[in-house]
Amino acid sequence: MDMPVPSTTVLAQKTRIVKALRKVLPRDAVIDDPAETRAYECDALSAYRCAPLAVVLPRTTAEVAAALKLCHEIGVPVVPRGAGTSLAGGSMPSADAVVLGLARMNRVLEVDFDNRFIRVEAGRTNLSVTGAIEAQGWFYAPDPSSQLACAIAGNIGMNSGGAHCLKYGVTTNNLMGVTLVTMQGEVVEIGGPYCDAGGLDLLGVICGSEGQLGVVTEATLRILRQPEGARPVLIGYASNEVAGACVADIIRAGILPVAIEFMDRPCIEATEAFCHAGYPDCEALLIVECEGSAAEIAEQLGLIRQIAARHNPVEFREAQSADEAKRIWLGRKSAFGAMGQKGDYMCLDGTIPVSSLPQVLRRIGEISQEFGLEVGNVFHAGDGNMHPLIIYNANEPGQQELCERMGAEILKLCVEAGGCLTGEHGVGLEKRDLMEVQFAPEDLEAQMRVKDVFDPAWLLNAAKVFPLHVSAARRG
Amino acid sequence: MRVTRESELADVVREATGPLQSIGGGTRPVGQGGGTALQVAISGISLYEPGALTLIAGAGTPLRVIEDAVAAEGQRLPFEPAAWNALLGTTGESTIGGVVAANVSGPRRIQAGACRDSLIGVRFVDGTGAVVKNGGRVMKNVTGYDLVKLMAGSWGTLGVLSEVAFKLLPAAPAQATLVMDVPLAQAAKVLSQALGSQFDTSGAGWLPGVGVIVRLEGLADSVAYRAGKLAEVLAAYAPKILRDEGAALWRDLAEVKPLQGARGDLWRFSVKPSEGPEIAARLGGKVVLDWGGGLVWARVAEGTDARALAAPYTGHATCLSGAFAAFEPEPAPVAALSRGLRARFDPKGLFNPGKMG
Ligand SMILES: Cc1cc2nc3c(=O)[nH]c(=O)nc-3n(C[C@H](O)[C@H](O)[C@H](O)COP(=O)(O)OP(=O)(O)OC[C@H]3O[C@@H](n4cnc5c(N)ncnc54)[C@H](O)[C@@H]3O)c2cc1C
Repeated sequence: MDMPVPSTTVLAQKTRIVKALRKVLPRDAVIDDPAETRAYECDALSAYRCAPLAVVLPRTTAEVAAALKLCHEIGVPVVPRGAGTSLAGGSMPSADAVVLGLARMNRVLEVDFDNRFIRVEAGRTNLSVTGAIEAQGWFYAPDPSSQLACAIAGNIGMNSGGAHCLKYGVTTNNLMGVTLVTMQGEVVEIGGPYCDAGGLDLLGVICGSEGQLGVVTEATLRILRQPEGARPVLIGYASNEVAGACVADIIRAGILPVAIEFMDRPCIEATEAFCHAGYPDCEALLIVECEGSAAEIAEQLGLIRQIAARHNPVEFREAQSADEAKRIWLGRKSAFGAMGQKGDYMCLDGTIPVSSLPQVLRRIGEISQEFGLEVGNVFHAGDGNMHPLIIYNANEPGQQELCERMGAEILKLCVEAGGCLTGEHGVGLEKRDLMEVQFAPEDLEAQMRVKDVFDPAWLLNAAKVFPLHVSAARRG
Repeated sequence: MRVTRESELADVVREATGPLQSIGGGTRPVGQGGGTALQVAISGISLYEPGALTLIAGAGTPLRVIEDAVAAEGQRLPFEPAAWNALLGTTGESTIGGVVAANVSGPRRIQAGACRDSLIGVRFVDGTGAVVKNGGRVMKNVTGYDLVKLMAGSWGTLGVLSEVAFKLLPAAPAQATLVMDVPLAQAAKVLSQALGSQFDTSGAGWLPGVGVIVRLEGLADSVAYRAGKLAEVLAAYAPKILRDEGAALWRDLAEVKPLQGARGDLWRFSVKPSEGPEIAARLGGKVVLDWGGGLVWARVAEGTDARALAAPYTGHATCLSGAFAAFEPEPAPVAALSRGLRARFDPKGLFNPGKMG
């Protein structure tokens, strides 16, 4: 993956830049020792690494503003970073960039149950947002599998989703307001604890802008009461087609489960070997979770059982206890780890119309044969967000490239099927060069105009999202 | 001028030399400026996949056509858009593009989100005459910037919509409404208690002469169970439980019936819900609360600066009819960003100039 040549002017000024940063920030907030900056050289797309010029870890919005203002004046690129769990290279730095990390900004600022929101500093981890309110019976809905580690800042950057977004929506549907610091160092309040924008919906375009429009330092998030209970069922099928048809029928029947997860045979086998969840030996497996009181869950599961039965499942297993529920989720939750036992893996995240699920899965199987790399599929079936995991060996010369070519093939297939390149992980570096598969030049131009307005100098995370040749004139 | 195809729309914009005022059905003429009227009559449902809960339609498709089509499959637009004809005294037919441009959302907004939350794709013509697409037809999509949200509620100031795509929801088989004869002053407490319960409410408002209304929707047994439970929580306010006959109340709320045909300027405040009843009281006159108190509709004496009267409030106000700026003046840095966006999307200043600032 190409990166722009680092600015020699910036590299040459490293000492001066670090000194200037130390003037506006507390001493311990600026890191320039290469032994320490190395910790920031990559995110979860770890095949790509590059140590930054320096790292700053501010504690307040004012410090963020001071750091950005300074970088803007000197013309230093900045890469915002939450917890660095991006799977798309979104928070990977360049050699001439200052990484601005939110890790030290993790306080809860306000909890308001009457108005159903929480305001936090954006470096707070996703899970600890719910952690701050669960004792009172509330939760924050978007739940990426990385929720123990990832930060609200990164969730906003990527507009992240989670297993339960079929019912509750993704980050953008649960975000009410942000404090944003622009590259020029200006602090802007957008939205708040009320519905909708009074003017243009800037919040809507900031969410999912991958750290390219500004640095989010605080967020107002919608919170919900925890349902009385939740219970999953596991349904096994003899083919992907039939499992896909069952998903469509559940949706058509008017039941809205909180989650419908799908795993295919390679994934089922890998998780069985890894964590012995006790999954049936079958081609495709669905996990469907319903919420509510015991009686409400029984009502929904009764309907799901009828629908599932029409498609002759090889297994239909209702969790009868909390322990059984956990076992049903165990394999799904360890799926990435289990596939990781087979070798290095690349996780794709294209979305397709759910109606084309069977065809797309069949074609992925063929592509896997053509390229000679194994692929396992585990994904959010209710909304068509696929997660093909391609297994390869990073140490074998040529395999990384082969895997990337195969990944590109699968993503093109998703777009052809009427879908998109990424459903929740973001474009970052990883899918940047495929953007022209999905978008015409005018479409990309319209998006880049938004960045022109927020960051006219194109200093914020500028080498991501847009193919380099498309953004070249703007990046200067 | 009237266009029925996207290419025609693009031609009109490319050749335009003066301001254009894009209209769908002309039923929500808020903050209308001057310019040549451009009616977007690009109409028809081009894709509807009930099994995938998705629909794509031309921006000029009547809202009613879409509602009928999805209802026939037992589905619905989640955000419950309502006609404002009776409220604003307009005669046209609301189009789906107009709904999107105004980000119109009804009582279910508090549970299912706004129009912008169900909108998954757009095509529009920008101020240079270029056709731009963003989003698509799948429910989860973070590929590139989300211009879909930006277009929703932009009132035609960034571009003229030609096509819109939505995710739908199954229509609920059953519903129940709790009605509580509670005065405005007490409404905030009751509404927040209802919304803070575990029983997944899909509407919560206050109507003059009726009191607080709270809606539950879903499978029949579930609705009955939750209605019973919620009635226990709110027992102090002696709730009456209505079944299907409660539906009329929600139509009244969505279409703001108590303020229809009345005299005076019409205003709408989107605020922190607990502030709603106090703001309504300060405004005086006829008021209606939706969104758990977070949406205040009010008729005030003609020429009243309702923003000044309602202050302080956390949120924003829209003047739907009256001599005041339709949209809430924005703080300088936000206004600068919005202005910047308008200048980039519409460099010739063609689209509804002055409408939003
Ligand atoms: C094992 C695993 C499982 C995962 N599961 C899911 C999942 O289920 N669903 C899902 O959606 N994702 C998932 N992810 C991806 C990742 O966790 C999400 O993208 C997450 O939101 C990233 O958060 P972060 O704090 O780590 O952000 P980072 O990786 O630090 O940054 C992500 C992006 O946000 C930008 N950014 C960071 N901070 C700010 C800020 N303050 N202001 C503006 N922009 C900022 C960055 O520049 C970057 O572009 C998974 C990742 C892993 C490793």
